Amino acid sequence: MVLKEIRLHGRGGQGAVTSTQVLAIAAFYDGMYSQAFPNFGVERTGAPVESYVRIDKKPINLRQHVYDPDYVIVLDSSLLDTVDVTSGMQKDGIIIVNTDKTEAELKKKLPGFNVHAIDITKIALEVIGKPFVNVAALGAFCALSKDVSLKALDKAIDELFTARGKAAIAQLNKKAAKAVADKCK
Amino acid sequence: MTKRVIEASHAIAIGAKLTRPDVIPMYPITPQTHVVEDLAQFINNGEMKCAMIDVESEHSAASAFLGSIAAGSRTFTATSSQGLLLMYEVLPIVSGMRLPGVMAVANRAVSAPISIWNDHSDAVSARDQGWIQLWVESSQEALDTVIQGVKISEDKGVMLPLMVCFDGFTLSHVFEQVDVPDQKTVDKFLPKFSLKHKLDIKNPKTFGPIGFPNSYMYFKKQQQDAMITSLDVIKKVNKDFKKSFGRSYGSGLLDLYKMGDADYAVLGMGTLCGTARVTIDKLRKQGKKVGMIKVRSLRPFPEKELQVAVKNLKALAVIDRHISLGQEGPLVTDVRSAIYCNDLTVNGYIAGLGGMDITVKLFEKVFSDLEKGKQNGSWLFD
Repeated sequence: MVLKEIRLHGRGGQGAVTSTQVLAIAAFYDGMYSQAFPNFGVERTGAPVESYVRIDKKPINLRQHVYDPDYVIVLDSSLLDTVDVTSGMQKDGIIIVNTDKTEAELKKKLPGFNVHAIDITKIALEVIGKPFVNVAALGAFCALSKDVSLKALDKAIDELFTARGKAAIAQLNKKAAKAVADKCK
Repeated sequence: MTKRVIEASHAIAIGAKLTRPDVIPMYPITPQTHVVEDLAQFINNGEMKCAMIDVESEHSAASAFLGSIAAGSRTFTATSSQGLLLMYEVLPIVSGMRLPGVMAVANRAVSAPISIWNDHSDAVSARDQGWIQLWVESSQEALDTVIQGVKISEDKGVMLPLMVCFDGFTLSHVFEQVDVPDQKTVDKFLPKFSLKHKLDIKNPKTFGPIGFPNSYMYFKKQQQDAMITSLDVIKKVNKDFKKSFGRSYGSGLLDLYKMGDADYAVLGMGTLCGTARVTIDKLRKQGKKVGMIKVRSLRPFPEKELQVAVKNLKALAVIDRHISLGQEGPLVTDVRSAIYCNDLTVNGYIAGLGGMDITVKLFEKVFSDLEKGKQNGSWLFD
């Protein structure tokens, strides 16, 4: 595996930063080196935020922001109207969007990219009972990229949420991530 | 040793915990906050036996740091930016009293305009206050340098406070793999803290009394001698660290990357060195003979080692993440002064102020400037 770069777009309060931290820990459990970091602003709830992950089989020295992502994950489809989520994106790169729209509708909006429309909010509401999409969205990443395993993702979810005293939400997040991954098969 | 993916701030907190401090005065400031939060959590959980002093400002944090070391306690603290500036009055008192202790500085720009993002203005501008300054590139180096720092600082030939400088956000908020040393190995590596002269109510002593014109200058000479002595101590501790933990960072003073046959090189401090490494790997594949010098120790400044490192270069670019307004970047001034006998071209670049990104693209421009024989640096806007 060569260096893979992931850019996550979300809104303040959606847990985009936590999500990338979980993914970095998961990649580590799959025996890879990883790095997660936010593009930190003084974000208020609802403002657009970006957070990044790098995964490689070698130690990662690069410290610049992610400009040319291999993968983009969009937690809130309303961001498509205000943020260029395809910026720097490779043509064969994968874009995962949390949306209730169809893939065909989404492709019209993001022509030329490998886009995947998944209603992660709906799954989160069913499984968790709340619109917590940040960790659930990683299920789609694991299923579509195959760069990180669901098993490692489960382990990472347990580790991070247990450390923060939220073991119950860890269980629900794992279930939601699995449900999202299944939807992508 | 346990490998884990953790935040750099957490790595620093673990590093501090492993050194078994007796006292930690703490005052939170972005982006240092996670360091002291994690330490408070360790103390609360009972993982760490340590007195936490919840102070009301950074001036008090520095004062409590000073007082508790003078009373014979191993002491740690952390700050950033305006917090370090508020400590300023106390900084030379700690070093002037020859009190050893480690402070982590999450490097952040200084106001105005307000910026919470990374540059080196805070700590670099405090370089003349008698503290050893070690600058780190990764989470692993940050953790390890806290441990090394305690040993260097408390060395009987040194007895100077020490700052571990790590880039705010660009490093402090990064999650990455860290090999966490075990307590037993750290205990073996670090001797117990003892002060020959300390505050003791049964045997009262005065610390920091007046130095008259016939004595003050002798104190300063002793501090300078201790700084020069610390050059060898930093190197030795870095070597010993490798024996105990299997890792080290260049010579301890400088960390050279692909300098063996390099014609052109960049020099800098902190995380930008990682991005420089990536650029060098890329340019080497194109057949370009390029390298990097990472300055790990800004104070003391390793002049002699630098003279040797640049000997075969055709040109050198120094990247300053700070500007001494009205002059140039302080790092390029230090470099020029160290190698003034050499007619090497040294270009000074200002980059990454207030969180502006330092990228592979910027380094490619810098190397291309050097190759073209440009005689001047510039401001690098991304």
